[in-house]
Amino acid sequence: MTENFGCIILGGGHAAAEAALCLRKEGFEGSILMAGDEPSLPYQRPPLSKTYLAEDVTADSLLIRESQAYVGANITVRVNARAVKLDAASRVVTFADGVQAQYGKLILATGARPRKLVGAGHLKVHYIRTLADIDGLRAVIAPGKRALIIGGGYIGLEAAAMLKKLGLHVTVLEAMERILQRVTAAPLSEFYTRIHREEGVEILTGVSIKSLRADGAELADGRFVPADVLIAGIGVLPNIELAEMAGLRMEAGAVFVDSHCRTSDENIYAAGDCTSFFSPHYERLTRLESVQNANDQARVAAANIAGHVSVYDVLPWFWSDQYDLKLQIAGLSQGYDEVVLRGDSATGRSFAAFYFAQGRLIAVDAVNRPREFLLAKRLIAAKVSPDRNILQDETADLKKLL
Amino acid sequence: MAKITFIQHNGTSQTVDANPGMSVMEAAVKNAVAGIDADCGGACACATCHVYVEPDWVEKAGKRSDMEADMLDFAYEVRENSRLSCQIKVTEGLDGLTVKVPEKQF
Ligand SMILES: Cc1cc2nc3c(=O)[nH]c(=O)nc-3n(C[C@H](O)[C@H](O)[C@H](O)COP(=O)(O)OP(=O)(O)OC[C@H]3O[C@@H](n4cnc5c(N)ncnc54)[C@H](O)[C@@H]3O)c2cc1C
Ligand code: FES
Repeated sequence: MTENFGCIILGGGHAAAEAALCLRKEGFEGSILMAGDEPSLPYQRPPLSKTYLAEDVTADSLLIRESQAYVGANITVRVNARAVKLDAASRVVTFADGVQAQYGKLILATGARPRKLVGAGHLKVHYIRTLADIDGLRAVIAPGKRALIIGGGYIGLEAAAMLKKLGLHVTVLEAMERILQRVTAAPLSEFYTRIHREEGVEILTGVSIKSLRADGAELADGRFVPADVLIAGIGVLPNIELAEMAGLRMEAGAVFVDSHCRTSDENIYAAGDCTSFFSPHYERLTRLESVQNANDQARVAAANIAGHVSVYDVLPWFWSDQYDLKLQIAGLSQGYDEVVLRGDSATGRSFAAFYFAQGRLIAVDAVNRPREFLLAKRLIAAKVSPDRNILQDETADLKKLL
Repeated sequence: MAKITFIQHNGTSQTVDANPGMSVMEAAVKNAVAGIDADCGGACACATCHVYVEPDWVEKAGKRSDMEADMLDFAYEVRENSRLSCQIKVTEGLDGLTVKVPEKQF
């Protein structure tokens, strides 16, 4: 028997949860199925590397919505439901248990999974993506143990801060010349390198691993880093297998969506970490891994499915919490040719770096500077070139720039 | 348990049950109260959980934190009784709390 739904949402993360509720908010009257393969209702992922291990945060409190919110909106929710086949011609999804469901419209919100560390036979490798991952990690950490984190991206660095707080000895290995190299500009990398070292985390950059042993990692330069716990945060791979099966257009290793968050199949939309798109603001192909992108794309897809034409043109933004530092990022800094600093990034713990390209403000990295973040968010969206003297001058009133 | 009422810009209202310890934002989002996007999930990073606390409740809801005050400085249509709802912790003392949801968050 094949079930029938007006709209099926595949995935159970940020994008799926937002899309499901938004469909109703936008007046979609058809039946809705949201099916994800994790055992839990959609939950907040960012706390997994921030507060969830170190503070008194329960799995329940991470839920994006309580089950009654979905019930109230008449949304059928299935957990532990893994879609294994997608036939776009007949509009049928097949789940791992053999159940088949036909859709009017489909939203792919399958997210991404951690890139796996190869050649790690001897020490269990932990990843940080799901609640189950954290439960696994929780079982092996204890004060005094030595944690080795491979990958100096946001998740690795947040985990470093969290484990340090829990009393572990922490070493971060980064293959590139600086931490955060893939995602941010040099001033921020330098800042976080200093902070982590001041907090007692060892950071080794430009190193590669020769072999992993049961008691640590041997580096290519001959050094040995002992470890009891091994964590890898070396990026993610979009979950695109279903989209490939359906023959959808791919770009940058992800499902390509147009400005309406629609894929190359008119009945299939996609949102979140599994997508790539052309950014009208930056005029280039873009792939983001952020809650903002997941939520906003989900909103656009849902609106269009409900018949309200909506276009995705939201400025990307992101945050990261490490120690007492809240980093807020607006825009994308790649391609900048000038940086203007407000505050002291060399010795302080609070500053903002404004990035310009050909005179135009394109991004800001704000550490413990919410005012600068929100101001820049507006200025970047408005495509203006604010007065650099005011940005630089700590005594100047930022409101003058509005 | 505390009852919290959210009044929308158009006057409709919704009352939800909140457990002490959770934030006013969580109570809203978990129950799908409209107009509270709360994109950062309570990290005080997005300013999309902005509410106006009804005058009688302003004192009981507590003071803005420094970070929150800075965020509100550049939020949309900020008033004296503006708060980021993720920064208001629910207590038994807030049973009956009423807040207004702004027309838009940003
Ligand atoms: C530890 C951590 C910290 C983060 N911190 C931040 C932060 O501070 N700020 C920020 O903006 N972003 C942060 N992110 C990124 C953010 O969480 C992601 O961008 C966001 O989760 C993307 O949402 P999504 O719905 O696209 O994908 P996901 O949240 O990955 O959800 C996809 C879901 O679909 C399921 N699924 C996959 N394939 C199938 C299938 N075939 N059938 C059924 N279900 C399937 C997956 O198991 C998963 O549950 C963080 C991520 C992690 C892991
Ligand atoms: S939820 Fe983001 S600031 Fe309150």
